[in-house]
Amino acid sequence: MGSPRGEDQRDEPLVLAHGLTKRFGEFTAVDGIDVEVRRGEAFGFLGPNGAGKSSTMRMIGCTSPATSGTLRVLGADPRTQGRWIRARLGVVPQSDQLDADLTVEENLIIYGRYFDLSRAECKRRAAELIEFVQLTERARSMVEPLSGGMQRRLTIARSLINEPELLLLDEPTTGLDPQARHVVWDRLYRLKQQGVTLVLTTHYMDEAEQLCDRLVVMDKGRIVAEGSPRQLIEQHSTREVLELRFAAGTNEERAPSVEGIGDRIEVLRDRVLIYAADGEKALGMVHDRAVYPESALVRRSSLEDVFLRLTGRTLVD
Amino acid sequence: MGLPRAPLRVWESNLAYYKHVWRSNLIGSFVQPMLYMLGMGVGVGALVDRGPGASTVLDGVDYFAFLAPALIATTAMTIVTQEALWPVMDGFMWSRRFEAMTATPVTPSEVALGTALWLGTRAFVCATGVAVVLLFFDDTRTWGLAVAVAAAVLTGMAFAMPIMAFSSSRESPDQSFAALQRFAIIPMFLFAGAFYPVEQLPGWLQPVAYVTPLWHGIELCRDAVLGRLELGPAALNVAALTAFTVVGYAFARRTFATRLGR
Ligand SMILES: Nc1ncnc2c1ncn2[C@@H]1O[C@H](COP(=O)(O)OP(=O)(O)O)[C@@H](O)[C@H]1O
Ligand SMILES: [Mg+2]
Repeated sequence: MGSPRGEDQRDEPLVLAHGLTKRFGEFTAVDGIDVEVRRGEAFGFLGPNGAGKSSTMRMIGCTSPATSGTLRVLGADPRTQGRWIRARLGVVPQSDQLDADLTVEENLIIYGRYFDLSRAECKRRAAELIEFVQLTERARSMVEPLSGGMQRRLTIARSLINEPELLLLDEPTTGLDPQARHVVWDRLYRLKQQGVTLVLTTHYMDEAEQLCDRLVVMDKGRIVAEGSPRQLIEQHSTREVLELRFAAGTNEERAPSVEGIGDRIEVLRDRVLIYAADGEKALGMVHDRAVYPESALVRRSSLEDVFLRLTGRTLVD
Repeated sequence: MGLPRAPLRVWESNLAYYKHVWRSNLIGSFVQPMLYMLGMGVGVGALVDRGPGASTVLDGVDYFAFLAPALIATTAMTIVTQEALWPVMDGFMWSRRFEAMTATPVTPSEVALGTALWLGTRAFVCATGVAVVLLFFDDTRTWGLAVAVAAAVLTGMAFAMPIMAFSSSRESPDQSFAALQRFAIIPMFLFAGAFYPVEQLPGWLQPVAYVTPLWHGIELCRDAVLGRLELGPAALNVAALTAFTVVGYAFARRTFATRLGR
């Protein structure tokens, strides 16, 4: 079966959503979002827990029907061509959903069989993918005792068994230690270089900055901003941020003492943020007022700051 | 792609798991029926066969020959009951492998069908096991055993399908799984005619036995092995078991579809 609308439409977005909405009973988890993912890019949904990221991914993955709005994936309609679409997707769900009582290799083989690949072909691809995710020594071991990072890599390998055009990754590195995260990022980079289109969700701003060409910031089922990480930072934040920490519990009461410095001030429980083009200069002004916090740090603005600006809340708390 | 093959792929993934555990599993499936066969069939049998009413109550059949064929059906029941509870709950709740399956071309209904096929296979394997043991006894060495295995598979399905509908609708096993064992499976095992004719029960209890799927299964297995199957009653037994299977499956399929397609 060819593409329902012809294979030559290379410029057509791989995901195109318009007013996409998901309700569970009365509760609206995804509230009319517009999304466009282009071939070859890495596209991110950045948002805190409960933002509606997984619900969105499951609609794109054609395992959860949209309540309203339009959605096209790989040019096809999930309502009528779900099976055709799923055959061409790779899915890394938020929870790995591995078979703990099977070996690494068996997990890949049985998954490949769901795509109607021959046993021999499954075996061949499994061997290749096991090497790609660096699990060669563990190929014959059960999944159960593997570390979280290894299981995650196996899930990524599994999602590639059908050589998908579009890979959906729901929080690919949540819960992993820093080293394990870097291994996963490195693999995802490789896939991107090979031309696989990536759609991922995350609540880590560093992950979004590292991996995404373009992203949307999601909060309470809505998209609150869209662009490349750099564009978002330019539009919604200053170049630098001065972080001041006062004695525990006194950040709020000390904040007025630095009022008026920089473009904008955010007061958090554990620190005061001063948004300024030049952080060192802002720190000089703080000292000129004879205000001496316990620590002061100048850093570049990040997506965390963008999120704070747009929603008044931090991404991870 | 060949759509009818999808349920078979689901079946295959169960087989992959079974390959790891079949040895210990198979032994487990045998110990229980063997214990009943020897303990009751031989021990109690000696008592019954010498008793005053022996020839009339059991229609002139040895107690061992009366009991042993029933164990084909009861074994199928006990094994698939377990299989339709925990692994199904696991697929939705713990490993969540059913969700992983539906991210592929496989649909929720095909996951249900593949799981059902697997449960039928498990019933076949354990029923065959018991039948093979019965080949070693003069009283029960007959071609009827093949028919009994088929009847036991149907009996297994008559349990597996309603139970699969039940377990797939639960959010957690809580007390209900244990209660099902205690208040449905074990009573049926004791009162549905495996160890004595249902006619021995008090009059008010007999109709209860007749509506259980196990009684129908035992009747079929016993009559097949003793060479006394009759079309009318057998057709009724098959129809009853088929009804449990079909209705159970219809519910199970619907739960799979809603739960995996939210
Ligand atoms: N099957 C469901 N039934 C009811 N509510 C749900 C269901 N799935 C998700 N939700 C709710 O929808 C909201 C968004 O969830 P989710 O899409 O998982 O967010 P995220 O992945 O961004 O953390 C949450 O409040 C969650 O509780
Ligand atoms: Mg999520």
